[in-house]
Amino acid sequence: MSDAIEFNHLTKTFGDHTVLNALDFKIHEGKITTILGFSGAGKSTLLKHILGIHHPTSGQVKVLGQDLKNLDEGQMREFRTNFGMVFQYSALFDSMTNFDNVAFPMREFTKKSKSQIKEDVLSLMEQVGLDEHAWYKLPSEISGGMRKRVGLARGLALQPKVMLYDEPTTGLDPITTHMVDDLIRRTHAAGASLPMTSVIISHDIAATLRISDYIAFLELGQVVEHSSVEDFKKSTNPTIRKFLELST
Amino acid sequence: MVAIVKNGVSWVGASVLEVTPAIGRLVLYIFSTFFWFLKPPFRRTLFFEQMVFMGNKSLFIVLLTSSFSGMVFAYQIYLGFTAFSVDSFVGPIVAIAVCKELAPVFTGLVVAGRCGAAMAAQIGTMKVTEQVDALECMGVNSVQYLAVPRVFATVITMPMLCMIFMLIANLGSWVIGVKVLGIDPVMYFSKLSDFMNLPMIIEGLIKASFFGFLISIIGTYQGFAVKGGAEGVGRGTNMAVVWGMIMVLISDFFLTAILAKIL
Repeated sequence: MSDAIEFNHLTKTFGDHTVLNALDFKIHEGKITTILGFSGAGKSTLLKHILGIHHPTSGQVKVLGQDLKNLDEGQMREFRTNFGMVFQYSALFDSMTNFDNVAFPMREFTKKSKSQIKEDVLSLMEQVGLDEHAWYKLPSEISGGMRKRVGLARGLALQPKVMLYDEPTTGLDPITTHMVDDLIRRTHAAGASLPMTSVIISHDIAATLRISDYIAFLELGQVVEHSSVEDFKKSTNPTIRKFLELST
Repeated sequence: MVAIVKNGVSWVGASVLEVTPAIGRLVLYIFSTFFWFLKPPFRRTLFFEQMVFMGNKSLFIVLLTSSFSGMVFAYQIYLGFTAFSVDSFVGPIVAIAVCKELAPVFTGLVVAGRCGAAMAAQIGTMKVTEQVDALECMGVNSVQYLAVPRVFATVITMPMLCMIFMLIANLGSWVIGVKVLGIDPVMYFSKLSDFMNLPMIIEGLIKASFFGFLISIIGTYQGFAVKGGAEGVGRGTNMAVVWGMIMVLISDFFLTAILAKIL
């Protein structure tokens, strides 16, 4: 199995505070990997290293075989078109309609015609199950669940090789949480021909067990467990046991 | 006594340590804005949208401010000058003051209050709702996308608004001077053409453009500097207005001194 993302001895410090401590970890290509951990464990910092927004204090981050430190600012921006990102609260552009939100990456990075963009955007919005009446509304006029769908469609707009989800179900009711989980699964399966790697940052253990292929547990700046879902459930690590017990 | 001196020195030191990095960040931000202005893609649509936005936000207040300031200034000058029978100088005095000072400064204050605040609020809200992060994650530079169109639309729109201010204020002055207070219209225009010249108008327009640059740089910078939630956006908006207005007034003095030598 090849690896889409590699962290080799990654250390990140902010002032005196070490957030990631000589972390070694590989994310398998074409799989859904969830990074679990307590608040402040460094999950979001890790995500920002994948995106090249944070740079390692020491160590190396390789994404799709590319060492990110070899990319300059311009190359990094171009490289980011390989990513799709779904934010915790969707982060949709509130001055644009949902249609324009999804069309935005296509208008920025492709030379597609207006009609081609329209066709692709409508197809994506159908793929994520966005109701037709919501297509031309502003993000503020639709529900949180619908916004997640728009965010996902926007993330998929450039057919990314890596989809990143930052706590995708935080703040949602249980039914919408299930809906988003299914959507992530279906989206991943739909992209299987590409193949697409999905990385999810989460606190939600139940959702994680439902949708992940692999789970990595982050504690004190290191990955203390990285295994398949079944193996993760059997982990003997006391912190993970406690995490599993308290969450279920 | 020693304690007072010690406290004073440490206060000065702390202030310097606080202000110096802030100035450094602002200077770097200005360079970054110029750098991204020169790099494609050039976002013409956003630029024109910002010009329309600024016009819509400011035009009515500029019209209101200019008409009344022109009229009241003409009236005050008339009251003073009529005692010496030089009321025909109302026209040029108002015109010179308006073109060189009142129009750019008042327009600057209006735009700082309306558009500087709006820029900080828009970008600040985008920052706290992760929309700026979303742009960056997609590979779009947020300074180029959000700041560059706003800054350069303000630099271009401010002289236009200033020109409108000049026209309306002088029209107000003419209405009060000639139509209400009975100054001879021939004398009014004769004196006006004797004393007014093109460099005076150019001076006002250059000032307006420079004020526009300062207001938009401060407004967008405060937007990007927002931290926290709604409270942070409020603080950033407030800072944008206060510092925008302060910088207009301070830079006006230095700009006047420089332009007096050049023009």
